[in-house]
Amino acid sequence: MQTPAKRSVIKTIIAVAALLVLSFGSVVQAELEIEITRGRESATPIAIIPFDWQSTQPQSETDVAKVIGDDLARSGLFRTVREADLIERPNSFSDIRFGTWRLLDVNYLLIGRIKDQAPAYSVEFELYDIASEQRVAGYALPVRAGALRDAAHQVADLVYEALTGTPGAFSTRIAYVTASQTADGLRYRLEVADADGYRPRSIVESREPLLSPAWSPDGRQLAYVSFESGNSSVYLQEIATGSRSRIASHKGINGAPAFSPDGKQLALALSKTGNLEIYVMDLGTGGLRQLTNHWGIDTEPVWTDDGQSVIFTSDRGGKPQLYQVAINSGTPRRITREGDYNARATIAPGKGLIAMAHGVGNVYRIAVLNTETGLLQIVSDGTLDESPSFAPNGSMILYASREGMQGVLSAVSADGRVRQRLILSGGDVREPAWSPLPRR
Amino acid sequence: MTVRMKLMILMVAVLTLAACKSKEPRVTEPVDQQPTERVDTQPAETFPWTGKPDTDPAHLDNPDSPLAQRIVYFDFDRSDLKAEYRDMVRAHSAFAAANPNYQVTLEGHADERGTREYNLGLGERRAHTIRDLMRAQGVGMNQIDSVSLGEERPVAMCHEEACWWKNRRVEIVYTKN
Repeated sequence: MQTPAKRSVIKTIIAVAALLVLSFGSVVQAELEIEITRGRESATPIAIIPFDWQSTQPQSETDVAKVIGDDLARSGLFRTVREADLIERPNSFSDIRFGTWRLLDVNYLLIGRIKDQAPAYSVEFELYDIASEQRVAGYALPVRAGALRDAAHQVADLVYEALTGTPGAFSTRIAYVTASQTADGLRYRLEVADADGYRPRSIVESREPLLSPAWSPDGRQLAYVSFESGNSSVYLQEIATGSRSRIASHKGINGAPAFSPDGKQLALALSKTGNLEIYVMDLGTGGLRQLTNHWGIDTEPVWTDDGQSVIFTSDRGGKPQLYQVAINSGTPRRITREGDYNARATIAPGKGLIAMAHGVGNVYRIAVLNTETGLLQIVSDGTLDESPSFAPNGSMILYASREGMQGVLSAVSADGRVRQRLILSGGDVREPAWSPLPRR
Repeated sequence: MTVRMKLMILMVAVLTLAACKSKEPRVTEPVDQQPTERVDTQPAETFPWTGKPDTDPAHLDNPDSPLAQRIVYFDFDRSDLKAEYRDMVRAHSAFAAANPNYQVTLEGHADERGTREYNLGLGERRAHTIRDLMRAQGVGMNQIDSVSLGEERPVAMCHEEACWWKNRRVEIVYTKN
C-alpha cells in the first residue's frame, strides 16, 4: 500500500533534514500554531489510547496518539477524551471493558501499538464502536524510520474515512507565502508545511513579492508568481529538489497559475496583448491557447473536476464576478449573482461547492456557493478575508485573514460551523493553497 | 378634499425636502480623503514664467513645478482619470514629449481590498489609462512602459480609507537613457 506516497514522504524527509542542517533557526521560528476558535457542539466523542511502544528501538519523540487526536479534533467532527480522563488504557481487544467507555459517554475507542517490522516499524490500530462493541476498522501500516508522524496522519485519515465515509485530508500539505521584516527590508518566502502546520520549510525566498502558489495534482510541483525580475513571472518548481523553471514572463501580467486535473495543462492569466486574459498552456509543448477575449479583467482561473471548463474572475459585467467557460468553445456564463465582489474561486472536488472571496461594501468574507441549490453561504467572520483554498476532501477551507497589521491563516469547515486560526510567529502569512490528496 | 390635497402636497414637499437634505451632506462629504492641494491650480502651460510647458529636467524635483507631482490617485475599483489630475498628466506628457531621452515607467497599484490577482489587473488598467493619455498627448510609443504591482507595494499601512486612497495610485517614474 501507498508506495508512491511513501516515496514522496521519504523525499520530503530528506529535504527537511537537509534544510534543518542549513537553517535550523528559521525553521523553528516559522512553526505554526493552531487554535480552534469555534467548535461544534455535536462533535463525536472518541477516546484515543496512547499507542503501546513494542519496538526494540528507542521510543520516538512523536506521540502518535496525540497527532491522531489533534487531527481529528481539528476537523471539528470529533472531540477527543483528555489524556488525564483515560482511566483505562487497553492495548488489545481482550483488555477493553466497553462498560467503562459507555459510562464515559464515549462513542468510539482507538487503540494501537508500534512494533518492529521492515522497513522500520509497523503501526497497528483498531477502532471500536462502543455501543455495538464491534471493530469498525483495523490496519497495520509499514512505516519507515523517522516517518511516525506521517503514519499518525495516515491513521487519522483512515479513522476519519471509517467514521464519515469521506477520506481524511490529514496527510496533505499546505503552501503559503510569508512576508517578514528583516534588517535589509521585506523578505518573502514560499513555504510548504504539513496540513497541521508542522515541518514548515521554505522553498523559495525573495526580496520581491511572491504570490498565488498552485499545486500540481501529484503534489510534487508548485506553480507560483514571483516579482523577482521586477515584473510578474510564473515559475514551476519541483518541491523535493528545488529545481525550477520560468514558464511565463511575457510583457505585462503573468499570473494566477492553475494546474488542470490531469496535470498536463496550466491555466493562467496573461496581459501580453495589452489586456488581461485567461490562457491555457500545454505543459508538454509550452504552447499557449487564449481562452477569453474581453476588455475586462479576466483572471484567477480554476479547473472544474472534469477538466472540461474553467471558472474565473472577470469584471466584464462592471464588477468582479465568477464566470465559467468551456475549454473547447464557448461564451463565458456568469455563475455568481449576490454581492458586489466575487473572486478567486476554489472548488471542492466532487461536492458541487465553490468557495470565493465575497465582498459587500468594505467587508470581504469567504462564501460558499452550492451549485445545486444556488445558495450562497458566508462562512468566515473577518473583514478582509481572501484567498480561499478547499481541502482536497472538501471538508475545510483554508483562507487568509487579517488580525491588526498581521496576516494570518484561518480554516473553516465547509458548512461554516468550525473555525480555527493558524498562527505563525513573527510574520505576515498569506496566499494559502491546500495540496491534493496523496496518491495511494 | 382640498385640505387633504393640501396636506398631501405639503407631505410630498416635506418628503422631497427631507430627501434633498439627506442627500446633500452625502454630496459634500468627501468621498475619500484625498487632499485637494495635490492638484496643481496653475495650468502647466504657464509654468514657469515663459508661458510654455515646463520641459526642463532640472525642474523634475522642483516643488514649484507641476513635474514634481508624479503620483495619480484613483477611486476604489476604478481606473478612469479623475478631473483634478488632467493638468498634471498633461504637464508630464509635455515634458516626456520634449525629452525623448527620458524613459517613462508607469507603476500601477491597488489598495488591499479584493484579491491579489484581480488587483494586479486593476493596477495595470490604471497604468494603461495614464499611458494611453500620454501617448495621445504626443509621448512616443516606445518611450512608455507600464508595470502592475497590484496591492503588493502599499505606501500606507492601515485597514481604512485613510491609507487605502494613498495606495490606489499610478507612480510616474523617469529614467534617463
